[in-house]
Amino acid sequence: MSDARQVAEAAARASYGRLVALLASRTRDIAAAEDALSEAFATALRVWPERGVPDKPEAWLLTAARRELSHTARAASVRASAQHLIELASAHAVQPDNTAFPDDRLKLLFVCAHPAIDAGIRTPLMLQTVLGLDASRIAAAFVVAPSAMGQRLVRAKTKIRDSGLEFRIPDCDERATRLADVLQAVYAAFSTGWDDVSGADDTVRGLSGEAIFLGRLLVALMPREPEPKGLLALMLYCEARRPARRCRDGGFVPLRTQDTRLWSRDMIIEAEGLLTSASRAKIFGRFQCEAAIQSVHCQRSVTGRTHWPALIRLYDLLAHHETTLGVLVSRAAVIATSGDAALAKQLLNQLPIERIDSYQPYWVTRAYVYRQLADHNGARDAARRAISLTHDPAVRAYLSETYNVR
Amino acid sequence: MQYMLMYTEPESKFAERNDPKAAPDYWGAWSTYIGAMSAAGIVVNGDGLQPPHMATTIRVRDGQREVQDGPFADSKEQLGGYFVIEVAGLDEAMTWAAKSPSAVYGSVEVRPVLPPMKP
Repeated sequence: MSDARQVAEAAARASYGRLVALLASRTRDIAAAEDALSEAFATALRVWPERGVPDKPEAWLLTAARRELSHTARAASVRASAQHLIELASAHAVQPDNTAFPDDRLKLLFVCAHPAIDAGIRTPLMLQTVLGLDASRIAAAFVVAPSAMGQRLVRAKTKIRDSGLEFRIPDCDERATRLADVLQAVYAAFSTGWDDVSGADDTVRGLSGEAIFLGRLLVALMPREPEPKGLLALMLYCEARRPARRCRDGGFVPLRTQDTRLWSRDMIIEAEGLLTSASRAKIFGRFQCEAAIQSVHCQRSVTGRTHWPALIRLYDLLAHHETTLGVLVSRAAVIATSGDAALAKQLLNQLPIERIDSYQPYWVTRAYVYRQLADHNGARDAARRAISLTHDPAVRAYLSETYNVR
Repeated sequence: MQYMLMYTEPESKFAERNDPKAAPDYWGAWSTYIGAMSAAGIVVNGDGLQPPHMATTIRVRDGQREVQDGPFADSKEQLGGYFVIEVAGLDEAMTWAAKSPSAVYGSVEVRPVLPPMKP
């Protein structure tokens, strides 16, 4: 029993997204594909322990899911879409080589991150359809109610089915912007894991592992595109430092004082390789640039120093292409650390008040810059504001100790 | 699939329709756009609409007819016309929406048309 269960679970992890993509790519009915697939998994768990695990579990699951889809389609034959489902099921019923089915996951990723789908639901949609994560796990990571997340996912899938969104790889002229949306959605999954430094509670831990899986998938599916490699490199550089972000008693450790011996060498080496490979395309990309910035930080594990002028150049380049608040604030922080706190203060003060009002990294950076300028009152005021915007107790404790405020 | 493209325009653009200086450009842009859609063979039907101040909005509440002079919602952009087109999917419908004159100065809502109800 446990063998069959393990094989079924392994097959589920490895091929869930492939099977959903394949089942849904013609009908665009993701929900029906997921239902059919979960029926197929349930049947597998019932049948495999008795009759043994099939030679090709994936192909078995696909056939079972298609049979389920065609049953559902016949039962719902009044519906206009039913005919498509029957056509789909019968078209694939006899296939000479079941192991060689196509990988439609890239199309599925592009559908999930389509501009007609609300930006806030793209990442959850990807996590559910490609990785098979359940709504409550996704909801926990995004800190929303499971019922609300479930509803939003259902609504997005209905829009994909009924509004004529096509499962296709975008043409050349829209490829870059559409790919940027896909990458952004994957990066958003990674960020849920990153903000939760503690990661102590397993149920609300972030999705960084899932994001890295999606990053690897994109690199494999689009080997010629440099930006997926840039994104994967960026995530690996950050992930490599995770063990050093906490000291033994759970306290927060900022990047510049982290013990580099705790960083994962393997991940850093993999990231370096990806970034080198991406740079051969000689096309500027936001994620390559951000990865290069993290590469400079990670160099400290070899050289023992941080090369600040290189960081400033990279942030200048990034800010030139991507004038986001995060980039501008980080750039100011780097300029302050490299010795020009007066310029950093000037840059921070140029940012519009309504945008920085509740942006925690701005207030952390402001506290840091004002302290360097020996404006201790200004630093404490900013630190108090930063603390009020910080959710993580360890980061709050670090800030209040560093700036001597409550 | 069929989609309705709903073109909304600001007050200033409705005014251009009857402004001797601006009208030729205004109507010229629309006829170029509509000509391109016709040439592509995607038009099911469509029309421009008279300006919002010509609208009358009707509600029946508790059996009583309530009549309002003007459009149903008072917003900066108002419906100026619509086309129903037949295309392969949403991407193509969005492309046609983006080509319209009002995409630049107003907005275009794209909605899939419900298939006809079964008898």
